[in-house]
Amino acid sequence: MSSTQKVKVAFNGTAEQEKALRSMIREHKGQAGSLMPILQKAQEIYGYLPIEVQSIISEETGIPMEKVYGVSTFYAQFSLYPKGKYRISVCLGTACYVKGSGDVFNKLKEMLGIEEGQCTPDGKFSLDACRCIGACGLAPVMTVNDDVYGKLTNDQLKGILDKYAD
Amino acid sequence: MVNIKINGVDVSVEEGTTILKACRDNGVRIPTLCWLKDINEIGACRICVVEMTGARSLVAACVYPLSKFDEGKNILTHSPAVLESRRMTLQLLLSNHERKCLSCARSGQCELQALCRELGVDDELLFEGARNHYEIDTSAAHMYRDNNKCINCRRCVAACGVTQGIGVIGANNRGFKTSIGCAFDMDLADTACVSCGQCIAVCPTGALSEKDDTEKVWAAINDPEKVVVVQTAPAVRASLGEAFGYPMGTNVQGKLAASLKRLGFDHVFDTDFGADLTIMEESNELLERIKNNGVLPMITSCSPGWIRYCEAYYPEMIPNLSTCKSPQQMSGAMIKTYWAEKNGIDPKNIVSVSVMPCTAKKFEIGRADQSAAGVPDVDIVITTRELVKMINRAGLRFRDLPDEEFEVPMSSGSGAAVIFGATGGVMEAALRTAVWKLTGEKNDSPVEFKEVRGVQGVKFAEYEAGGVKVKVAVASGLSNARELLEKVKSGEVDVQFIEIMACPGGCVNGGGQVIVPADVRNFVDVRAERAKALYGLDEANKIRKSHETDDIKSVYDYLGEIGGHKAHEYLHTTYKASGLRK
Amino acid sequence: MDRKVLICGGTGCTSSGSMKIADKLEEVIKSKGIADHVKVVRTGCFGLCALGPIMIVYPEGTFYSMMSEDHIEKIVEEHLVNDRIVEEYVYEETKTPDGIIAYNQTNFYKKQHRVALRNCGVIDPENIDDYISKDGYKALEKVVTEMTPEDVIKVISDSGLRGRGGGGFPTGRKWQMARTIVPVADQKYVCCNADEGDPGAFMDRSVLEGDPHAIIEAMAIAGYAIGATKGFVYVRAEYPIAVHRLQVAIEQARERGFLRKKLFGSDFEFDLDVRLGAGAFVCGEETALITSIEGNRGEPKPRPPFPAEKGIFGKPTVNNNVETYANVPQIILKGAEWFASMGTEKSKGTKVFALGGKIHNTGLVEIPMGTTLREIVFEIGGGIPNGKKFKAAQTGGPSGGCIPSEHLDVPIDYDNLIAIGSMMGSGGLIVMDEDNCMVDVAKFFMEFTVDESCGKCTPCRIGTKRLHEMLTKITKGEATMEDLDKMEKLCYYVKNNSLCGLGQTAPNPILSTLRYFKDEYIAHIKDKKCPAGVCKDLLSYKIVADKCKGCTKCARNCPVNAITGKVKEAHVIDQAKCIKCGACMSNCNFGAIVKE
Repeated sequence: MSSTQKVKVAFNGTAEQEKALRSMIREHKGQAGSLMPILQKAQEIYGYLPIEVQSIISEETGIPMEKVYGVSTFYAQFSLYPKGKYRISVCLGTACYVKGSGDVFNKLKEMLGIEEGQCTPDGKFSLDACRCIGACGLAPVMTVNDDVYGKLTNDQLKGILDKYAD
Repeated sequence: MVNIKINGVDVSVEEGTTILKACRDNGVRIPTLCWLKDINEIGACRICVVEMTGARSLVAACVYPLSKFDEGKNILTHSPAVLESRRMTLQLLLSNHERKCLSCARSGQCELQALCRELGVDDELLFEGARNHYEIDTSAAHMYRDNNKCINCRRCVAACGVTQGIGVIGANNRGFKTSIGCAFDMDLADTACVSCGQCIAVCPTGALSEKDDTEKVWAAINDPEKVVVVQTAPAVRASLGEAFGYPMGTNVQGKLAASLKRLGFDHVFDTDFGADLTIMEESNELLERIKNNGVLPMITSCSPGWIRYCEAYYPEMIPNLSTCKSPQQMSGAMIKTYWAEKNGIDPKNIVSVSVMPCTAKKFEIGRADQSAAGVPDVDIVITTRELVKMINRAGLRFRDLPDEEFEVPMSSGSGAAVIFGATGGVMEAALRTAVWKLTGEKNDSPVEFKEVRGVQGVKFAEYEAGGVKVKVAVASGLSNARELLEKVKSGEVDVQFIEIMACPGGCVNGGGQVIVPADVRNFVDVRAERAKALYGLDEANKIRKSHETDDIKSVYDYLGEIGGHKAHEYLHTTYKASGLRK
Repeated sequence: MDRKVLICGGTGCTSSGSMKIADKLEEVIKSKGIADHVKVVRTGCFGLCALGPIMIVYPEGTFYSMMSEDHIEKIVEEHLVNDRIVEEYVYEETKTPDGIIAYNQTNFYKKQHRVALRNCGVIDPENIDDYISKDGYKALEKVVTEMTPEDVIKVISDSGLRGRGGGGFPTGRKWQMARTIVPVADQKYVCCNADEGDPGAFMDRSVLEGDPHAIIEAMAIAGYAIGATKGFVYVRAEYPIAVHRLQVAIEQARERGFLRKKLFGSDFEFDLDVRLGAGAFVCGEETALITSIEGNRGEPKPRPPFPAEKGIFGKPTVNNNVETYANVPQIILKGAEWFASMGTEKSKGTKVFALGGKIHNTGLVEIPMGTTLREIVFEIGGGIPNGKKFKAAQTGGPSGGCIPSEHLDVPIDYDNLIAIGSMMGSGGLIVMDEDNCMVDVAKFFMEFTVDESCGKCTPCRIGTKRLHEMLTKITKGEATMEDLDKMEKLCYYVKNNSLCGLGQTAPNPILSTLRYFKDEYIAHIKDKKCPAGVCKDLLSYKIVADKCKGCTKCARNCPVNAITGKVKEAHVIDQAKCIKCGACMSNCNFGAIVKE
């Protein structure tokens, strides 16, 4: 749903990905209400849902492209843009927020020089805010890909980012 | 039956009746904004809210079906809470609306404006705050999309997606950022939009409007070098009067001709001529196809919205399309060839204008293979609405104009031609001539084919003439067309001839006609009312079959054989799959 | 002696590495040769997330908290091999003068009464036999073989169970409507709303993670009661563990014949599908959830018609939340009277709350309805950390409100919470202390609603945006008292005119803070001060000259060079340059910097 960033990143879909996409869609064909699962699985295959992917979905399902797009921009989890190699997600759920995750989020924006939903120019980090991930005991919490960092303070952020220096 | 009270007055309504209808039937009009009967019943704008006993919050009258659970409840339609809520809804809408009302194309016909006046909004700045800003989409040949004026009522989305079954526009993003647009914010011109203009017709504000080509017309009129001719489609005369206070369905043909002359056009023709010509060619094509085992069913090609639809959505059916140009293009072609030669005018000096009920016509004039004289058959298309603007700008007192005639020889339309403007009209006109031919060209061949008349979305009929069985189908509105075409493809429907009009009810309800506010549209069948004007003209016409008019007889002295070489060169065209994004 | 070691596999503990700890534990147990005597069970959430990762050793019930892989070697050697509890790793509160007590004797667990959570942290959620050993699927068997659908509905109605998702609609009545309103339908659906979206709430997730079979069983029971053969669980995609366990459980249930086939030799068939949400809070609203399952933008639809009449794909549908379902098998087995014996007059049973915010024991608790907020916060929750004062508790998430200290003794149930301007919601309970600004809290929730509004209806799409702007104006000190009135008026408008529950409740955080903390609003407006010191635009950092030693640390740490002063002399902050980041204050070793 992050249509804020209009950077056109070249589409690098492979033939295997397209094959996987088409066969996945055909599995769902005829099932009522299958657009959401199709979009979810398409995003698993490609990492995001660019126009090239949505065109195939529209073509295979017969659902107007605009409807596919309308659904993909309604739900926060669908992304029209590629994510960074390391996807940083800061929890702005209530528990984390009252414990200062807003500051953490702002600090990261400043450190990475990007806004919410964006990706650093080198493609390394992308930054998102998320709603409660349920680790409220660890508030404030952020995740980098599948790693969870809890009880955060701003001072720790540099050290955490440095871990992903490669 | 459910017994309720409306503003304290006992009424009894059938179960399932909406509050809005119950009120209307009992003398109370509830204002609406997003509600379009049958196609957009989403309860989104909240203008129609009313108070109801026992309800936690105000309820949207347009979508609330009364049931036995509502027995005895009292509904308040103009309590202070209701009126204040409606006013606040408007004020919130205004806070995210580009308030350039004075220069807006819709000013005066804007439903938002009318509601503000009605409900007494006295401060459009009450809730000032952040506004969304959008680029205006000017890409399409026929229209502008200016989301800065959009109020997210989604009526256009319903017209496009539900009525027409196309859905190239829809709601994107969410929350405050929700906006109506195309996939990936692409330009309308890059989508499979068919240019029907139904979205414009239902838009309550100035967010959607036809491209205004009146300045081009004025410029041509004021250019002494140019011969400016105008033709006007049958359906225009059935709608134009509404803009000047005539009841819907009033035929204003005479004043239409008079106003065109007074606007400064050098020659004022009637597209009825092109319609008659279309019948000559199309009925001939049909009979040829039947005789020679050509591709059947043959489908009419008068509606440029339908043609675009076919090229994008049913490219496999292109061979079924009649190769005949539309009446507008046939008229245009003959003006720049036949009429120009006859009058010794260089076609390059002619500016050919058409007044159409249709926005897709603005696209049609730019199509390939529409230049009989080597220059475009038609140069400028203006819609009925744009004509209204010109008449008003010129200060013509339309109602006081005399009834005048169109100019011969390009005008003497038959009754068959004028009914082109209503769904089934082309079919009936073609049948009049085809049956006449099949039955040995007798003057007393049947005139009326009432089975194909009326506003139903899909109609079927079967006739026998001269030993030939002719099975026909008629569809108007593209959702209906799709339904019919799917059945044709599956073999469920087996007919030889199909008429398809992109707009529901045909051209009378075209996307370029005088705007009918939802408050009227929801309760009056625009299609049927306007069609009455055309069928009235047909009945009043002494000549009711296309082949009987003098103009047609003389034009074939020029063209030669019907469906012959010259006719083909000037009056027929080609199509190709557009491959546009659906 | 045979032992069982339970390790929490809920999201909280998993996030801090509990599954690696479990692997290590098994490895060490094996290496010590006691694998035949010790069973390691990865369970769902124990509830006390603040102390995760958590491990409990049976039969003693020893509660090891804040575990790490490094502790394992010692615990296995000492406790599991030599029967000596490793005192240094046990939860502080279990240490008493009389020795180490079992986990369930601690304040956190003592006052709880676990019905919905009864199996969470007890069984291995990925093992159907564990569930069956706790009377699992017995309720379904009883329903299908001994009861009529009407009997089932009657028991549920008599129990007084009300929807745990927030609204509190009587579950039995809901089922009754779905059964009878459309007498003949070719298809009906049972739906489980697991799109738990309130920030700070994770009750549903914990149930799905800890006891997924209970939901499957309950949905089948609901299917039997209303005459549906198909169910959907709509669960947040953000809950990968819950989704996984649910899918495992569905497969296991199918294998055992509790799903899909004719159940228990009857003619009744029932099967389930999982549908994932994709990050839209509004999909917790039932009509939005239905449109989402149908493959559309999750936009709500006007009601009536209610889902009981026209739900998923236009068919009659019953939709309940996870926690509601979790109660159902118990009610069937133990009877309506048993359930109705718990709770208050109009709110029966228990309620699960997710405690968060400024409270010692963040985590999940289940308490009988009627427990007071004071008991929850100060006894179960262990009170406020750092000696701060309780200011308010927020329940009901973005739809709810703040409860001030004067209402700490109100027994919590649906109706009492509404009466004091909040609501039960799904059970998030966030505690705020004196450092929280209530205007800022209201703004936080309004920002959430603005983000999550679907954009369909005018009041919510534009109204919430304007409310957020008005709150921002207040927190910047730019608002007038007239603005406050206008905001309040707009709140009532949005409440009364919005299409769905999201919009209708969106102003509650403002209205409830206005009701109890109006003075804070007024302080922002009239005095241009934020009493809690949160709203940056109204703050200024100052150096108390007497306390400043002139160490220059603050000046060196100031990112905008707003602090000047000579070494060993009092420093000064240039207010025009200061960006109020607070770096100076957190770096001052002498407490010489204050914000006001």
